[in-house]
Amino acid sequence: MENENKKLSRRALLAGVAFAGVVGTVIAATPVVAEEAEVTTGPAPDLSQLTHEKIELVAPPYVHAHEQATTAAPKVVEFTLMIEEKEMVIDDLGTTVQAMTYNGSVPGPLMVVHEGDYVELTLVNPASNMLQHNIDFHSATGALGGGGLTLVNPGEQVKLRFKATRAGVFVYHCAPGGPMIPWHVVSGMNGAIMVLPRDGLKDGKGNPLKYDHIFYIGEQDYYIPRDREGNFKSYESAGDGYEDMLAVMKTLTPTHVVFNGAAGALTGEHAMKAKVGETVLIVHSQANRDTRPHLIGGHGDYVWDTGKFRNPPQVDLETWFIAGGSAGAALYKFLEPGVYAYVNHNLIEAVELGATAHFTVEGTWDDDLMTQVQPPTPIE
Amino acid sequence: MKVIASRANPSPSLWLPGLLLCSLLALIAVQSGLVPFPAAGATIERPETIIVPPRSFSSRLAGEFVRDRVPVDAPMATIERDRPIEIMKFQVGVFDYARCVADGACEAAAPRRKADGDVPVTGVNFNDAKDYARWLSAQTGETWRLPTVEEWAFAAGSRLVDHALGIETDSANPAERWIATYEREAALGAAASAKPEPRGAFGENELGVADLGGSVWEWTATCDGRTTLGIDGGVLTHIESCGVRILEGRHRAPMSAFIRDGRSGGCSVGTPPDNLGFRLVRERPWYAPLAELARRITG
Repeated sequence: MENENKKLSRRALLAGVAFAGVVGTVIAATPVVAEEAEVTTGPAPDLSQLTHEKIELVAPPYVHAHEQATTAAPKVVEFTLMIEEKEMVIDDLGTTVQAMTYNGSVPGPLMVVHEGDYVELTLVNPASNMLQHNIDFHSATGALGGGGLTLVNPGEQVKLRFKATRAGVFVYHCAPGGPMIPWHVVSGMNGAIMVLPRDGLKDGKGNPLKYDHIFYIGEQDYYIPRDREGNFKSYESAGDGYEDMLAVMKTLTPTHVVFNGAAGALTGEHAMKAKVGETVLIVHSQANRDTRPHLIGGHGDYVWDTGKFRNPPQVDLETWFIAGGSAGAALYKFLEPGVYAYVNHNLIEAVELGATAHFTVEGTWDDDLMTQVQPPTPIE
Repeated sequence: MKVIASRANPSPSLWLPGLLLCSLLALIAVQSGLVPFPAAGATIERPETIIVPPRSFSSRLAGEFVRDRVPVDAPMATIERDRPIEIMKFQVGVFDYARCVADGACEAAAPRRKADGDVPVTGVNFNDAKDYARWLSAQTGETWRLPTVEEWAFAAGSRLVDHALGIETDSANPAERWIATYEREAALGAAASAKPEPRGAFGENELGVADLGGSVWEWTATCDGRTTLGIDGGVLTHIESCGVRILEGRHRAPMSAFIRDGRSGGCSVGTPPDNLGFRLVRERPWYAPLAELARRITG
């Protein structure tokens, strides 16, 4: 019955927000009222006794310092996301997109909390921006993931608190209503949050899993319009390019599929680093489109392909599937040194559209795992 | 292939006695336009060239080298050249190349990065470069061709980049070399502009050759290949692979002959050349020394 009510209210809210997207901000108040009615059925939380912790977010692929498991009581974890509309270069040709970003990066930063913590987010839409924005946390319950309570005009800020009740990695994204939703998402306005079990990650048999490094890879599909000669077009503002981009979006054929906002953003001098014997946790989000990560020359030792930590991880994977609109996590211990490519194993997307990242891994070569028995020699 | 200092192009010595007589004839021939030097009456303007005078220089051999089962830097060869090379001062330009396309002798270039003005042609493969050389030769009545890696190094002078890693790699750990190569190429790629710039923008070397090691890599005639060396450095085996040719520029890059746009991604983790172009050398005809002498006499 409760589920039934939720469905109904979600549908009502969807309609409300779609309407709000067309008419403007005033109507956006409607879902707020509907959601508040639902919230009051639970006990009002007393958070006065809880510790408040303010976290400074860092730009991907790096992640702010955090405990992998905790014995502390649940906290209120405070984050601030500053919305920034700005032009970004997305490939080595100098192609640009009028990006919409959380904290200036595509994807937005990864937030880490523990199950049972309260996430308290301040969302700031500076007056220098042109557009209305909000945030929908897939990890949150109610109000369109918070989207219904966070719509802010340029010059406004809003504070949302939700309880992180489900452990896993989850997408967050802007969802200001109607056609604005996919447009904002494919303009870069998405990121992820990781809700760790309080006792940390487990291998599915109750044994703890730890990582030495965590990397957050946000995969972004872009739909950049071209001129008659086939060259990518650039626009003065996001609004100027809206109609053209929508037409490309409707083809469902991205012009770019990239990691960390731009082709080559995680290669060369920006390649990620690890050492043989170290374990990395790779969090991979795709807010819009399916993807299939693969570590060339390595594996997924433990993979939560749907990203939710109460499910036992799959083991020994070659490639894993992350559904559009979700995040997944893969744990891997590097066993051989070398240069590893981490790709979307639709190899056309990896090579032609940009979905490639690199790890350089130093350490001692293990001949037992692999050896070149005979180097290339003329055929006898 | 010998991995020792080689003496290229042994010098002819028999023409010396007849020099004075011949030079007179040559002078007359050149002045009257009887021989195509400089391409009198040609339908196109003769490309500006630089004559690189003979000297001794060093260049690493082309291709991959393996010693004692471990990949190593290509050996450095000391080469004494006693004949000059005549090489284009600039890389072949878009307008030059467009004339070959207009004549139906070259396929259209497919530049990855569009640029305006008198920029080098980019987005050309090895076969395009050969087609252009054939066309230019027919237009000028001269013989134009791609330089070899050795000739390119000869003309590059101080702009030649030694691509050796110069590190002692642990024979038991192939990854050391992979990582070192990756990081070196990444640094090179990050250091400079990738856009084709107007010809001359990257300056000249001490010989007057322009734009070496700029944003456009140059096809050479040299085939890729693999050479196995013994512990003493002697050649054990050598296999040439001419489907892949060597490009020279900011770093040396082997590339399949049909590729117009060097790309990286997936499991190819190297840094590709930014743009693919070329310049040509003019084969020196038998009377070149006479013509040069004649030119010197006439000032």
